[in-house]
Amino acid sequence: MINDLYYKRRYTISGIAIGVVLVYIFRLFYLQVIDQSTKDQAETNALVKQTIYPARGLIYDRNGELLVFNQPIYEVTITMRDMGADWDTTGFCRCLGIRRAEFDERVAEIKDRRKNRGYSRYTPQVFIGQLKKEDVATLQESLFLYPGVQIQKRTLRDYTYNAAAHVLGSVGEVNQNDIDNDAYYSRGDYSGRDGLERTYEKELRGEKGVKVLMRDSRGRMQGSYQDGEMDRTAVAGTDLTTTLDIKLQMLAEELLAGKVGSAVAIEPKTGEVLALASSPAWNPKVLIGNERSNNYNQLLNDPTKPLMNRATQATYPPGSTFKTIQALVCLQEGAITPKTLYACSGPSSTPIKCTHHHGSPVALDKAIEQSCNPYFWCAFRDMIQKGGMEIHMRYEQWRSEVMAFGMGQRFSDTDLSEQSSGNIPSARFFDKHYGETGWKAITIRSLSIGQGEILATPLQLANQAAAIANEGYFITPHLNKNDSMLSHIHYLNIDKEHFAVVKDGMHRVMIYGTGRYYPIEGIEIAGKTGTAQNPHGKDHAIFIGFAPVDDPQIAVAVVVENAGFGATWACPIASMLIEQYLTGEVKRKDLRKRIGSAVLNERVKKW
Amino acid sequence: MQNVDWPTIGFFIALVFFGWLNIYGASYNFDQTSIVDFSNRAGKQFVWILGSIAMGGTLLLIDYKTYDLLAYVAYILMLLLLIATPFLAHDIKGSLSWISLGPVSLQPAEFAKCIVALAVAKYMSRYDYKLRGWRDLIVPFALIGVPALVIMILQKETGSALVFAAFLLVFYRQGMTPHILWSCVAAVTLFILSIRLSTIPLPIGSGDVGMVSCMILLMAIEIFFICKEHPKRWQLPIMLAVIAATYGIGALINIWWVVPFNWMSVGIVVALSIYAMIISLYYRRYSLIWIAVFGLVCIGYTQVCGFVFNNVLKPHQRTRIEVLLGMKEDLAGAGYNVNQARIAIGSGRFFGKGYLKGTQTKLQFVPEQDTDFIFCTVGEEWGFFGSLIVLLVYLFFILHLISIAERQRTIFNQIYAYAVASIFLFHLMINVGMVLGVLPVIGIPLPFFSYGGSSLWGFTMLLFILLRLDAARMDQLR
Repeated sequence: MINDLYYKRRYTISGIAIGVVLVYIFRLFYLQVIDQSTKDQAETNALVKQTIYPARGLIYDRNGELLVFNQPIYEVTITMRDMGADWDTTGFCRCLGIRRAEFDERVAEIKDRRKNRGYSRYTPQVFIGQLKKEDVATLQESLFLYPGVQIQKRTLRDYTYNAAAHVLGSVGEVNQNDIDNDAYYSRGDYSGRDGLERTYEKELRGEKGVKVLMRDSRGRMQGSYQDGEMDRTAVAGTDLTTTLDIKLQMLAEELLAGKVGSAVAIEPKTGEVLALASSPAWNPKVLIGNERSNNYNQLLNDPTKPLMNRATQATYPPGSTFKTIQALVCLQEGAITPKTLYACSGPSSTPIKCTHHHGSPVALDKAIEQSCNPYFWCAFRDMIQKGGMEIHMRYEQWRSEVMAFGMGQRFSDTDLSEQSSGNIPSARFFDKHYGETGWKAITIRSLSIGQGEILATPLQLANQAAAIANEGYFITPHLNKNDSMLSHIHYLNIDKEHFAVVKDGMHRVMIYGTGRYYPIEGIEIAGKTGTAQNPHGKDHAIFIGFAPVDDPQIAVAVVVENAGFGATWACPIASMLIEQYLTGEVKRKDLRKRIGSAVLNERVKKW
Repeated sequence: MQNVDWPTIGFFIALVFFGWLNIYGASYNFDQTSIVDFSNRAGKQFVWILGSIAMGGTLLLIDYKTYDLLAYVAYILMLLLLIATPFLAHDIKGSLSWISLGPVSLQPAEFAKCIVALAVAKYMSRYDYKLRGWRDLIVPFALIGVPALVIMILQKETGSALVFAAFLLVFYRQGMTPHILWSCVAAVTLFILSIRLSTIPLPIGSGDVGMVSCMILLMAIEIFFICKEHPKRWQLPIMLAVIAATYGIGALINIWWVVPFNWMSVGIVVALSIYAMIISLYYRRYSLIWIAVFGLVCIGYTQVCGFVFNNVLKPHQRTRIEVLLGMKEDLAGAGYNVNQARIAIGSGRFFGKGYLKGTQTKLQFVPEQDTDFIFCTVGEEWGFFGSLIVLLVYLFFILHLISIAERQRTIFNQIYAYAVASIFLFHLMINVGMVLGVLPVIGIPLPFFSYGGSSLWGFTMLLFILLRLDAARMDQLR
């Protein structure tokens, strides 16, 4: 155009357009490339991850008996924002059989962020949990009347038998610690809290599934995201077959009723734990569902400490049962031979008196049979002070051979949880106590008869019996039948030829000695009773043994606290356990009844 | 017809088609049917698109002289329609701008832009019209101001009214002094400074950071021009020293009395203005008078800003500005749209989530996502890459319109063409700026993208009349 004075202003205007677009491109670049926060925000906005809970693995006994299974329970959840103004509270309460006041109280509780930290109006909140199918049936039918209400299925543990509570353990809600340590868990999840449930938690729990749903801006579900591409199905937990024989286990618990004590049975050849009973126990059903925390607290405060698994956690001086180990170690170290004789003056013997009356002098087989204290004191003395060798060295040699039986330490390669280590004192312990030169065999003489500082758990005692039955080795005791532990073989430092005489002695115990009152027809048992002195009261009755003598199938240890002689209480229990396991029944009905119904501790409560 | 500018038609078709795809994407639901199902918005838009093509064709067939000829008549009729609209309309979200015609509703304001552009072009292309000074702008300002006020006050459609500000660029091209544009920039800057920082009190004395920083900005401008015009070089250090000393003494006095630093700063600006006037009279540099006046007017303006913001603006408008300026984070209320738009766009990342795969827009987290917030869908599903291309297509489209404007042989055509380019630029700037959270939420559509028949037809009319005029440019004498 002619005389266009402002021709150049087209560039200014174009510049403005270019400038605006450039600014927006930078802004877009910031939002879409640099700023990373929006991606997560978009996901929490639009995607809802719904957890699908897997069924927990079942638990069977060694014969395929179902011990632990799952029962379906139902949770009623409410999403608060979906409750319209015309929501029929009265009808809802009638469906669930609750009062209006209870409803209001519960809703207030849900909305209280101090009690319910994860509260959101947009997500389903548990209104009532752990309902039975029949409790939610009415609601299920009229669910469409109550927008925002959902019924979610979960599972709870259930038990076929009232037995083995300690071994099986229980399942409870995870705590903050679990959530922090394992990303798998989130609030409200369940996990094994103790026993096998805890040990095999990873196998039993399976794998949670997830369903990614899309939620629109009003919180309504709009189907699965990307056609379920990101969904994961739940994987059910692996079933667990335990080594327990539930009949044996139940018998053990029956016989221990009214007493405080424990019984452990092991298959010597495999190290499989056949029974692991601790009394007092509880019905595993009391630790499921709504009653769990209440009952748990009661168990916790019970003065007889039922929550303690005495079979693995309680430690006792092994008493005379220790003489079997003593004999083997002394034979191995050449302190004695089967022909060695020691004199016994009966109750007037020094420094340790004998509690039995028998001929003198005695050889080893007879000494075991009669549980002769002086014999084992002399053997121990000769072992430790042999040939004037340094006492520390000899003592530590003795100690290491004793510990090879599994004494004084936990079984580290096992699935048995909650063990105590027991105690075989070290030379350093005595150095500390008596001074480095202040002790000799005589100072620690009570060790020779399984008293003093020696402590062992019933599990260790049963394992000791198994090691003797196997003549020189044991397989780590364990509870998982699927996992062969045969490679976990532990050899004793004892030559095989030394076992014959000890086994013979133990066999004689059951024929002529303290165990002679409880024979089993047609089955040869080897055993050793023990009576452990106890500073807190009456002696503990202890028995270890195995059967049959020439082909051991079962090794047992029984401890009954404050019961007196081992022969009186522990021996018959062990005898019946052996009978049950080997013959499938207990023919001595009267004995079973008498022992089972005897109450030695009135405070023991049957749960 | 061979003279029709096909590149423009290409831009038109590309934008309309891509917009249509995104409307389908934005209103897409999970039980969605086809893109041409007339019960959904994409299907309806398809009908509007067919209508707009028919309209474009018709407009190209009409004799180019008609537009010049009927400009005033159309303007009068349009004004009457705009005034009548609120009485015929039913209330949609507080706006009285929609007239129902059977099954469809039309928004006359969308067509007003085109007619106002024709009227302004006609007035400013009169043989006896020449833009010499502000007097010559009275009528053009009235031509855009009257419909704008009607739309803003009677129809309560602030966004549609603001679009008429685009004509400032047209006037600027025709010779309006750039000071008006500069004044706009200054006004916006002072407004933002004084409002944004007014909530921060000064560490000493009374007063707020907003007012003091506005005044310091004014001092800087005045000092710059005084030094530019004044022959003596020693001015600058003296002025700075005097100002610094004043503040220093103020701080000292503040130990005993509370010093109103707001008013002290205003005083310094007034003193500088008076000084500028003295110099201008003494040295006969009369342009400095304008600087002095500018300073004084700005003082008044900042006072008015605070008053308007606190007492005149409606609460929702105030909240929008507060959210935009980052003074408030109201994610559930006024900030909801902007925040959700930011999330939707941001979650698209570089290449986007893929067409029809955006979760934020599909699940209706962004309100108005198929109309004013349609750019969210682009951002989420096509990512930075797609958004960049859309913005660049718009930019080239607008630059192309400017080049069309420049090749016109009559002032009428040129003014009209610039009006078209400016209106598109303004819409792009306000709409995308709003979606990106750079500008306040002002509800105006993104041309050819946003769902809606009125806006589509309004823009089509705007564009095709230009194409008709352009096609005939060779027939016109200079």
